[in-house]
Amino acid sequence: MDVVIDNLPRYLDGFSKTLTLLAASGLLSLLFGTIVAAMRISPIASLRWFATAYTELARNTPLTLVLFFCAFILPYFGVDLDYMILAIIGLSYYTSPFVAEALRSGINGVPVGQAEAARSLGFGFSQSVGLIILPQAFRMTVPPLINVFIALTKNTSVAGGFFVAELFTIGKELANANGDAVIAILVGVAMFYLAITIPLGLLAVQLEKKWVVAR
Amino acid sequence: MTGANVLFDAPGPRARRRSLIISIIAGVLVLGGLVWVISMLAAPREASGGLVLPGQFDPTRWDIYANPAVWGAIVGGITRTLQAAAVAAVLALILGVVFSLLRSSTIAWVRVPTAVLLEFIRGMPVLLMMLFILLVASTGQYWAVVSALALYNGAIIGEALRAGLASLPRGQREAALSVGMREMQSKMLIEFPQAFRQMLPIIVAQLVVLLKDTALGFIVGYNELIRTTMYNLSAFYGNRYLFSLFFVTLVVYLVINLSLSWFARWLSRRTASGGGGRRGPKGGQPVDPTQGLLVVQASAAAKQSYVQPGSL
Repeated sequence: MDVVIDNLPRYLDGFSKTLTLLAASGLLSLLFGTIVAAMRISPIASLRWFATAYTELARNTPLTLVLFFCAFILPYFGVDLDYMILAIIGLSYYTSPFVAEALRSGINGVPVGQAEAARSLGFGFSQSVGLIILPQAFRMTVPPLINVFIALTKNTSVAGGFFVAELFTIGKELANANGDAVIAILVGVAMFYLAITIPLGLLAVQLEKKWVVAR
Repeated sequence: MTGANVLFDAPGPRARRRSLIISIIAGVLVLGGLVWVISMLAAPREASGGLVLPGQFDPTRWDIYANPAVWGAIVGGITRTLQAAAVAAVLALILGVVFSLLRSSTIAWVRVPTAVLLEFIRGMPVLLMMLFILLVASTGQYWAVVSALALYNGAIIGEALRAGLASLPRGQREAALSVGMREMQSKMLIEFPQAFRQMLPIIVAQLVVLLKDTALGFIVGYNELIRTTMYNLSAFYGNRYLFSLFFVTLVVYLVINLSLSWFARWLSRRTASGGGGRRGPKGGQPVDPTQGLLVVQASAAAKQSYVQPGSL
């Protein structure tokens, strides 16, 4: 336990890097994911195909390979960026199709009858989407989205294998430096991750329970 | 909301023509982007000192694939990836059954610690668990990868099975008990087979995730596919082949994962139409592991909270 307290500044350093990764790639993947989801439900066929191909490609590539591409092959082609930024690019690329799927399934989850009812009451496109569909889709989308971000939190640890000194790397270095207290150090690292993932998980379950029953 | 055309009036000839034109323009833009990327890759690059490196599609960057030893190494990497995934999958299924039994036990002393343990396992990165097992238990890389994957995915499968058990009609268990079965018999013979069948698509989807996660072995030093190609082979043959090795690795992963995902989808269609999908995640939709699980968990929770007043 003393080891953890003694090295608290380093832990916090790594934790802030992890949070930066999470926030930056979370926002970016939310942005790209929304675009991809819009493309997938758009009436324009070629955009739909592109979005489908992108989703399948990104979801079936291991994150390690994606981050390897960002950390080794992009610099080899002359892309000169900080490893942190490269990792954010890789994580956003990997996460955005999951965001898109969550959004899409939320919209698909609203029964057709809702839209039909809105249309038969004389609502136009913007009214039925804005007042009827999206408010319901949003409820069904938020819990899965939270789950995507929980997965992203855990995935930031993979960036630790590619020159980003976040929580996982700090844990590895501390464990190498203090061979006699490996368990305490790694449990300390796990606690920092749990401090993000468990509250988010509880929130998702709570929201889901509340909203599914209300429907 | 599958029929999005409810939202619009039926498109007339002009709207249809317009959407066709936009579609063609967008298609041309996408194709143009692809052509640009490929031409960038194919173009020779100037390195420092006036040296000109050949483009990525130059034969000199692909000639190692004429060597059978390279293919031997790649196949070795694939085998080690699949082997770790297969062993971890079997262990994860066994652990999943054990976890779900402990988690739904009637004894609070068993149930509560299991719940805490499962939350702990599910909340931390698999990579950290691999490192933990590697350093603390000093098992060697292979077992670190396999047991971390088995634990993590076992926890998730356990949660799925528990949700499946909880969402079964209560009459199943009552009927089993009333014909004289013991608690355990009812669990293993009546409830489990149904829960397992209902959760099968989610479980298979999770096993696809497991296969993808074996790539984390690269970071802890297990010699799986990525380490074999991107580390050993590229170190041996030189950086010149970095891109072609990456391309081959990507294609191998895509082939394996897409065929498995396809299998998972086929399975979910098959089980859904076989009359097993009584209260499963909505019929024909493609199953996403986290989401289907959430829906079933929520409906189970809703059911429990609904049933309680009557049963007390």
